[in-house]
Amino acid sequence: MIDGGAVFPHRHLTGIEGLQPHEILFLLDEAEQWIDANRSRGPSDHRLDGVTQINAFFENSTRTLLSFEIAGKRLGADVVNMHAGQSSVKKGETLIDTAVTLNAMRADVIVIRHGSSGAVQLIADKVDCPVLNAGDGWHEHPTQALLDALTIRRRLGEIAHKRVVICGDILHSRVARSNILALTTLAADVRVVAPATLMPQAVESMGVTPFTDFDAALEGADVVMMLRLQNERMNGGFIPSTREYHLRYGLTRERLKRAEPHAIVMHPGPMNRGIEITSDVADDPERSTITEQVEMGVAVRMACLDVLTRRSRGVEGWA
Amino acid sequence: MSIIFTGGTLVCPTGGVRSGDLAVVGDRIAADASGTERIDIAGKLLAPAIVDLGVFGIDAVACRAGGIVRVGLMPDQAPVLDDPGIVARAAHMGKPDIWIHPLSAATQGLRGTDLAEMAINAEAGAVAVATGRRWIADSGVMRKVLAYARDCDLVVVAHAEDGGLAGDAVATAGETATRLGLPAAPAIAEALAIARDVMLAEETGARLHFRQVTTAAGFDLVRAAKRRGVRVTCGITPAHLYLSDIAMSDFRTFAHLSPPLRSESDRQAARAALADGTIDVLCSGHDPRGPEAKRLPFADSEPGMAGAETLLPMGLGLVRDGLIGLDRLFALLAHNPAKLLGLESGTLAAGSPADLIVIDQDAPWQVRADALAGKAANTPFDGLPVQGRAVRVIKGGAFL
Repeated sequence: MIDGGAVFPHRHLTGIEGLQPHEILFLLDEAEQWIDANRSRGPSDHRLDGVTQINAFFENSTRTLLSFEIAGKRLGADVVNMHAGQSSVKKGETLIDTAVTLNAMRADVIVIRHGSSGAVQLIADKVDCPVLNAGDGWHEHPTQALLDALTIRRRLGEIAHKRVVICGDILHSRVARSNILALTTLAADVRVVAPATLMPQAVESMGVTPFTDFDAALEGADVVMMLRLQNERMNGGFIPSTREYHLRYGLTRERLKRAEPHAIVMHPGPMNRGIEITSDVADDPERSTITEQVEMGVAVRMACLDVLTRRSRGVEGWA
Repeated sequence: MSIIFTGGTLVCPTGGVRSGDLAVVGDRIAADASGTERIDIAGKLLAPAIVDLGVFGIDAVACRAGGIVRVGLMPDQAPVLDDPGIVARAAHMGKPDIWIHPLSAATQGLRGTDLAEMAINAEAGAVAVATGRRWIADSGVMRKVLAYARDCDLVVVAHAEDGGLAGDAVATAGETATRLGLPAAPAIAEALAIARDVMLAEETGARLHFRQVTTAAGFDLVRAAKRRGVRVTCGITPAHLYLSDIAMSDFRTFAHLSPPLRSESDRQAARAALADGTIDVLCSGHDPRGPEAKRLPFADSEPGMAGAETLLPMGLGLVRDGLIGLDRLFALLAHNPAKLLGLESGTLAAGSPADLIVIDQDAPWQVRADALAGKAANTPFDGLPVQGRAVRVIKGGAFL
């Protein structure tokens, strides 16, 4: 009998920070079962019947929200979405008050996205149910890192000692932070690439090697992970122009030749085609894993929702 | 009425530390007194009450608990202290518990563009002019502020942070800010501001006080300027002497300060600058903030700490650490800030105002945010065991 408390003792998933390698691998293993189930669309699973899942999104999102909604529904949960635009947050209610309100509605699991780093932890400290971070500011986006790790593992067999190059706006990216934490914890060789204006200070203290030269970083890469360049960073703020960014950091077929021949290309989406990645690379089924990442996202989120609610559902070995 | 304090240790920034008696006649310290009430303070310390240079809120209860009887009030109030009526009103707000010495705004509305009335505000009770929470971005305006303040013989209290670099930053760039994903500014934002303002002070001959200097590069500039004879002084709060940016981990908003907490090497440089005399003033930076300003995501929260009640024990901790002596501690806490603001207080010399504190320097207690007496609980030292507190506070010869 596996003791759930020992395998995954965390009440919330607010970040990759603080997770042990075996805990990350446990979540990936749990996700594996849902990949085939989702593809075959066999008999529905009802393990989250009667579970109320609130997706509280204080920041706009289409893909992640949809992914969490589908994940919850595939497991039988009652999924409710709360958008910031429709909530009293805009009427000046504090985040803590919102958290207390959500708590009073007796949610069984709350999925939160918020524009400020640390906001999800703040809510997690105030509610009685498990909280899943769907992205907080520039801080963390743990399910993205888990789905990326799962994608790499399935394509390349393992993660340890693989050379992963993460390229783009590292400074403002929660995807980059969570991926750095997950991949270094799983012993990958992680390189981060960004212009100096988009590189956080002391990033090497997180166990990665920073590069400003994309071509140099690509040498020997097994994985090339491109980040989305946000509109507000373009055109003078942090980079002179999108065409100049493309010149130095755009992933083209030519540039990809510097990586290993088997190297895969990842992107968390949505892509700026022609800026950080060209269409011929993004659409190459041999190299690009971009749609596969979306598929893994549902599986990983199903696993997280299942695992985090096991205690409250009284699953044997977890209660 | 007259009192003689006996049986204690006298701590005087100008006269040293000695055992002996101290006489108070009326509201003044006296050379000797006869036919008076004798109070045995039984081995405790008797020191000048604290003069706290640069607080943001009027918090008499916290001040009394912390042994503070005079505060230099920052102009960042609502309304801004840039008008004689507002200044005069602020000066009366602390009565009868504390003396409030307003620092009037250097520029109108603290907007950093047009000179505020300095002489008129000084007549209304202002003891210095201050740039407020932010620096003055326009060097031309800052030069005029310094030159004009020199003519009025007022010290200019400046905030040492280059606004362009600091921007919306809430942390110092480094590992902690990177891990937390917080907007961060490089530590040199401070030295850049100091370099400019020191040059302007040198050129205009003005007296310039940096309310807080917190980085190695900043201390180097102040140290070198003092050696050249520039009339520059600087202060610090205990937070930057005891905490580094690691204290922000877990998004602890009580550690959201302005300037932000620095790296461990800068913290060590601050302790060295305290020991070598570069730092002139130890202040609380008292800035009480309620939950509505602090129970927020880190970057959305307001900066500042409730510091009045912890200033004395944290200062005594520096003595216990062997960094400074008791007499120097009270130069930092009372004599130097009083001198900067043109107050006679801050010494035990005969004829000085009888602003005194009796200190039980070994009394152990634990800083607990929920047990602070003052207006707000935002202490970055929550949970810390400390020693020493003011057991009696005497303001102008009267026990509070």
